[in-house]
Amino acid sequence: MMEITQRGSHGDVLTLKDVHVQFHNRLVLQHIEFAIQPGEFVGLIGPNGAGKTTLLKVILGLLTPNRGSVTVDGLPVKHGNPLVGYVPQKIHLEPDTPLRARDLVALGLDGHRWGIPLPSRSRREKVDEVLRAVDALDFADAPVGRLSGGEQQRLLIAQALLTQPKLLLLDEPLSNLDIRSAHEVVRLVSSIAQNQGIAVLLVAHDMNPLLGVMDKIVYLAAGNAAIGTVDEVVQNEVLSRLYGYDVEVIRVRGRILVVGGNNEVSTDLLQPTQHLDSMGGATD
Amino acid sequence: MSTVWNAILSPGMFSESFMINTWISGTIVAVISGIIGFFVVLRGSAFVAHALPKGGFAGAAGAALLGVNTVIGLALFSVGGALSIGWLSRRGRHDVVTALILTFLLGTGDLFLNLHDVYAPEIYSLLFGEVLGVSGVEIVDTAVLGILCVAALVILYRPLMLASVMSEGAEARGIRVRQIEMCFLVIVGLATAITVPIVGALLTFSLMIAPAAAASYVTHHPMRAVGMSVAIAVVTVWISILVSYDTGLPVGFFVAAIATAAYGLARGWRNLRSRGRLSARDRQKLSEQTS
Amino acid sequence: MKKLLHVLFAPGFFTNASVGHAVLVGAVVAIISGVVGVFVVIRGQSYLGHALGDFGATGASATFLFGLATLWGFLGAGVISGAGSDVLGHGHRRRGRDVTTGVIHALVMGIGALLLYFDTTMTNVTGAPETILFGSIFVFDPSLVPVVVVLGVLTLLFLLILYRPLLLSSLDADLAKARGIPVRWVSFFFMCCMAMAVAQSSLVIGALLSTALLIGPAATAVRLTKRTSLAMVWSATIGIAATWLGILLAYDSYDWPPVGRGWPVSFFVTSLILLFYLVSRFRLRHPLTVARETQTESRRKEAIRHEYSVERHS
Repeated sequence: MMEITQRGSHGDVLTLKDVHVQFHNRLVLQHIEFAIQPGEFVGLIGPNGAGKTTLLKVILGLLTPNRGSVTVDGLPVKHGNPLVGYVPQKIHLEPDTPLRARDLVALGLDGHRWGIPLPSRSRREKVDEVLRAVDALDFADAPVGRLSGGEQQRLLIAQALLTQPKLLLLDEPLSNLDIRSAHEVVRLVSSIAQNQGIAVLLVAHDMNPLLGVMDKIVYLAAGNAAIGTVDEVVQNEVLSRLYGYDVEVIRVRGRILVVGGNNEVSTDLLQPTQHLDSMGGATD
Repeated sequence: MSTVWNAILSPGMFSESFMINTWISGTIVAVISGIIGFFVVLRGSAFVAHALPKGGFAGAAGAALLGVNTVIGLALFSVGGALSIGWLSRRGRHDVVTALILTFLLGTGDLFLNLHDVYAPEIYSLLFGEVLGVSGVEIVDTAVLGILCVAALVILYRPLMLASVMSEGAEARGIRVRQIEMCFLVIVGLATAITVPIVGALLTFSLMIAPAAAASYVTHHPMRAVGMSVAIAVVTVWISILVSYDTGLPVGFFVAAIATAAYGLARGWRNLRSRGRLSARDRQKLSEQTS
Repeated sequence: MKKLLHVLFAPGFFTNASVGHAVLVGAVVAIISGVVGVFVVIRGQSYLGHALGDFGATGASATFLFGLATLWGFLGAGVISGAGSDVLGHGHRRRGRDVTTGVIHALVMGIGALLLYFDTTMTNVTGAPETILFGSIFVFDPSLVPVVVVLGVLTLLFLLILYRPLLLSSLDADLAKARGIPVRWVSFFFMCCMAMAVAQSSLVIGALLSTALLIGPAATAVRLTKRTSLAMVWSATIGIAATWLGILLAYDSYDWPPVGRGWPVSFFVTSLILLFYLVSRFRLRHPLTVARETQTESRRKEAIRHEYSVERHS
């Protein structure tokens, strides 16, 4: 872990200290250390297989790290903490699933409780409020399965907001969206962070859609992480040290590409050839 | 006129004591299947709904071999099958495991039938469903098990819904997704045990799929969809009992045919409606473009 | 030594004609089911694979009632109903496809149950339900053997032609579409392949073993290797092993209690297939394997996408 900036603060929403995660003999995360403050928009960037999902699981309390500590709002993480709002990557629903947008969102309020939901005015008001916050009132009564990817993503964000979290975790929210919807989602999340003072940790494998809005970047590669502003972290020597081999940062037309060896690693670190034999005719 | 009614509602249909049993247990079974079906369709667990009754049949054969009440064997095998499928399934996917457990259960059933010449009519009625077969089942058992299944589903409703729609999100919320899914499978297994004697092992699944799938085309409101699913299932079973009593043909056939017809109607209706709505939207788009 | 051999192979095993037939036919069926099964498992179509057997059985009951050759009833009903669920399931994800398959399955089985009821009550043939549900490898019509072999070779040829486009559309349908592959037709033709494989196996070894041999060995094989072609070899091998061992045990079981009855082949084969699968599941529960496993599918897709984007940019 390389600490490029360390703003010591007691108001941290999320702090990770010296986190190590090991799956038997394989070190998946090592010496991860960073903190996020209220209202901060942080991008968790890294190629596939870098340990982003593992890190999310640690913060959600689904996985206990082998070493180190993780605290949310000053308290150790626990499974199902209402202070942490989680937005999954996407939902898989059939077009004719009998579930309206507001039903999906309402599950964020009391989906973990037993019994069937009873209609109540306060419940409805709370749901309407978050639907308004993500600009989803127009399609509140539409079937979820028939909404676009961007609209579904907004609902998932609304759902995560219902428990009034201090930290919002978004797992690859942009990976299945077209450029325009991705841009809308980023703008929405950024305004939520600013207006409501909620800290945001957004996971992505491509940093470019987030360049204008990120306060900080946590770059994860090969189980190592660096944190700081984009300019501080996305540099040849910093990333080369993370990856463990020489990579080069190229800036073209306001976009950043990370290139290492023959592969563009910012989107894909994996050596695809390793799996090509299983593809048969897929890659001819 | 009265002769027409007499032809449809044969004498004794409502007065014979075993027929009253049939009407009551048929209704219970339809209500449970309708509710369970909502989740079966939501989760896409059609294969499990098909496999558990079919696999449970093997248990009935085993019970016949041992001289025990067949419904006990049925319940043991369908619940056991449900537990094994839940235990072996990974990340919410269980189609391969379902196929393996189903074939294993049926293989065991084949063994039981081979070792012992089971009295054939009993096996037939368990396969195809038998209006009169219900008399052998304690109606109290059916009612108790039925209420148990419904109560469990009411309790599980929200976590099961969350786990079905977005399992990662559910896990993050502190829900034990695996256990919830396991509970659901066991409920399907239990419901199977009381449905098979009436509808038959071959076609119990039709009552757990088609009415709920039909309902999902009619309404997008979850609670209304459950209600609609139950209504379709109950009407299906009532008509089936009626016709089966008149014709002497197996109940299962009528249940499958009527439930599928309801599905076809609902789907056709949805297509017509969405076509109308689309054209309205197209017209709006067109007017936007021209203006 | 000789005694041990006698325990393993009951006397007459190698000279018995019907055993010879069963060994041969079982191998042919295991190879075809195993090869087709790998795609069934990769595509997540186990339910359709099982349902096709029931579709076919309904067709067979219909033709049996009219005194026609059951093979054509089996194939025809399989392809028509399979196409029906393919059309109804179009535009749905995996969950919805299984539900539409279920609805068609229910209807076809309803009709099948009625026909079966007529078959058993009108023709006085006892044991028809058992035969349709379970089938038996020792009692099949020897005249079917050439038909089965021809059908099997046809299925394999068909699959060979489909192989590449099928693999790509199974792993990433969007990409396949982008590359101009007619994904819907590929899916339909594969369904026909499945129907043919299921028809020939159901006719000679019964619907039960047909499903078991289609799904079980393939599910085990894809856990042993991630290479599709190698998985097919494994799958066929496991299928043959389970079938032959099953036949051997069933033959031996004539000496087991109750003496003279014999235990059914299907029991042994299904148990062995489940056993092989469980061994592959729990022996391979090495953490690294699990970690790799969870990523395999997304990695496959990524690798394809990567290649595709490289190609497009160049």
